[in-house]
Amino acid sequence: MKTALKRVLAASVAAVAIGGSLAACGSGSGSGGSGDGANGTLTLWTHNAGNAAELAADQSLVDAFNASQSKVKIKVQAFPQDSYNNSVVSAAAAHKLPCLVDIDEPNVPNWAWSKYLQPLNLSADLSQNLPSTVGKWNGQTYSVGLYDVALAMFARKSDLQAAGVRVPTAEKPWTKDEFNSALASLKKLGKWDYPLDLGTAGTGEWLPYAYSPLLQSFGGDLINRTDYQTADGALNGDKAVAWAQWFRGLVTQGYMAQKSGQDSTKDFLNGKSAIVYTGSWAADQARKALGDDLVVLPVPNLGAGPKIGGGSWQWGVTTGCQNSQAAMDFLSFMLKPENVAKVASATGTIPATQAAAALMPDYAANGADSVFREFSKSYAVMRPETPAYPFIATEFGKTVQDILSGGDAKSALDKAVKNINDNIKSNNGYKS
Amino acid sequence: MALHQSLDRAPVRQVRKPSSARRSGAVRRREQALGWAMLGPAVLLLILFVVVPALLAFGLAFTNARLLAPYAPSFVGLDNFVRLFQDETFWHSLLNVAYFAVVVVPLQSGVALGMALLINVKVRGVNFFRTLYFLPVVTSMVVVSLLWLFMYRQEGLLNEIIARVTFGLVHGPDWLNNTSTAMPAIILMSVWQAAGFHMIIWLSGLQTIPADLYEAAAIDGVGGWQRFRFITWPSLRPTRNLILVTITIQALSLFTQINVMTQGGPLDSTSTIVFQAVRAGFQQQETSYASAISLVFFVLVLIVSGVQRYLTREKS
Repeated sequence: MKTALKRVLAASVAAVAIGGSLAACGSGSGSGGSGDGANGTLTLWTHNAGNAAELAADQSLVDAFNASQSKVKIKVQAFPQDSYNNSVVSAAAAHKLPCLVDIDEPNVPNWAWSKYLQPLNLSADLSQNLPSTVGKWNGQTYSVGLYDVALAMFARKSDLQAAGVRVPTAEKPWTKDEFNSALASLKKLGKWDYPLDLGTAGTGEWLPYAYSPLLQSFGGDLINRTDYQTADGALNGDKAVAWAQWFRGLVTQGYMAQKSGQDSTKDFLNGKSAIVYTGSWAADQARKALGDDLVVLPVPNLGAGPKIGGGSWQWGVTTGCQNSQAAMDFLSFMLKPENVAKVASATGTIPATQAAAALMPDYAANGADSVFREFSKSYAVMRPETPAYPFIATEFGKTVQDILSGGDAKSALDKAVKNINDNIKSNNGYKS
Repeated sequence: MALHQSLDRAPVRQVRKPSSARRSGAVRRREQALGWAMLGPAVLLLILFVVVPALLAFGLAFTNARLLAPYAPSFVGLDNFVRLFQDETFWHSLLNVAYFAVVVVPLQSGVALGMALLINVKVRGVNFFRTLYFLPVVTSMVVVSLLWLFMYRQEGLLNEIIARVTFGLVHGPDWLNNTSTAMPAIILMSVWQAAGFHMIIWLSGLQTIPADLYEAAAIDGVGGWQRFRFITWPSLRPTRNLILVTITIQALSLFTQINVMTQGGPLDSTSTIVFQAVRAGFQQQETSYASAISLVFFVLVLIVSGVQRYLTREKS
């Protein structure tokens, strides 16, 4: 018995030692070193395996680029969106990243800090791009997108008229009081259990994407943006607490469900809600269903101006790429107006440049969707450009859910601040 | 018995020719080698995918390793554990898991035993019921969770049934969004899904009980309850221990339902240790903190199963 125990212990110790050294070399030096691109073929990873329209548009750009020159070939590999981030992170840990990757913009600083992305050096001029289509960190550009999306609220003109509510415009959005009284008037019509649907059943990145702009519109924020070292005061100050109480108040006053349906847009189109919080991506579907009765409303101004989240999927070049120049050339090629227009049309998104917008009837001046480009240009706030963002996002998501469930606003926010600050500290401030 | 046999054989072996003795030794060695060869692949895979990652996690728990980081991990001592024990959510998770296990272990094994007794009869159509009871087990937990997610909604199937049965007098709660009903709702669903599996184990135990015991009891004029109390229940002892240990471990590692249905909410009322570890390790990229949680979880399971082993040991 005793010797058996000893043997087990000895084996465990040995294994720990081996395991420890393995771990040390496994996640050590961050840089890619993948070797992709060395033999004239560059691999490109994208998250849109489940989105046939976007994938086809990307593929057609790749085909055009391959045909336009004979030096390099780009090869597309598509992943389902749900597992895309995990695939990239594990590939990064195994030093097997491709040259070109698709990135959700808020993750760019984190990946740049981890040294998986290299700063872009493009021949294309990025100054005309929507600011939210360029991913920056530490004063350098690491990614660029062909499109963005914009949050907005949809309603039926007939409902707003019946409730005697002013239809807000991009120049004059609802104030907080107007928004609250609009909800009260709509509720009084008795047509809906809950007149407002903010998509509270959403999970993951939806929570910070959709609700941190409301917090910012109150004057709070996810973190102090002067040096990104603490969330104290921004996420738990008076304005943040006021936001949390207002947000929970929407539930307690019966304006909105604590947990909405699985598909808010569908519920709205089926007449289950009067106002739905969604975005440019749902515009086509809603317009087809409602025609002229649909009104696209700007988000309300809750004190510090109307805000929406900026930044969608973008492209970056990894540090291990053996032919960075070709990768940069490809990105510049993608940014040509006709290419931007092609992808934006296929995905129903806002084109990154004015030149591309001019090629798309819906986004040209006074086009049906031009209002989204307007929202994006004037309201968009980037999610905090810090490597701590993925952590902040999950903490904020949980805090939002706790607040919706009736948790004490101040203590929920204090807890989030403490966790975020601890995380920043334990990573030495995420300094580069 | 074994000892007796070998004593019997000893003198025979002595008179055997040496060559034959050597051959039997060779045979034994070959059999042993064959045994190891058969074990080999499984052991190798277990070491590679269970033992090594587990030990890695134990090592990582004392470092500041991250999923993505520009620096190599360094040793930070007990920092992760200090942080963990100061985390309210961790204590909530611990309580939730204890609550879940304390209710699920007796409930699930009881329901499973009941079903096993029901289908352990020789009547026409019993295979139909066996299949029916076993059906939830072969359905993926993710699918089951999604279905029940819809059933538990405010205007879902369950509340609809409650309203109909009570003629509209009782309106059920929003099961998963209420701190007091979320965990019971998950317990109910989990028991429904997993009881079929343990029913099969109970059934195999029931079928090893010799029929002559029941026949003798019948001759003595024993009633149904007494038959269960004095024959069935004592005979199921080994099965019982197995079921106790497997359900406990399964209950302690509660994750899938939580991940699909509530993400630990509302207000941490359904958060669990494994869910917390996965969230920290993958969503928050804190590999070392997740490893620390896993290590604590491992110790916890070890203690609980150790206590159970001790309490159910053979007293002879």
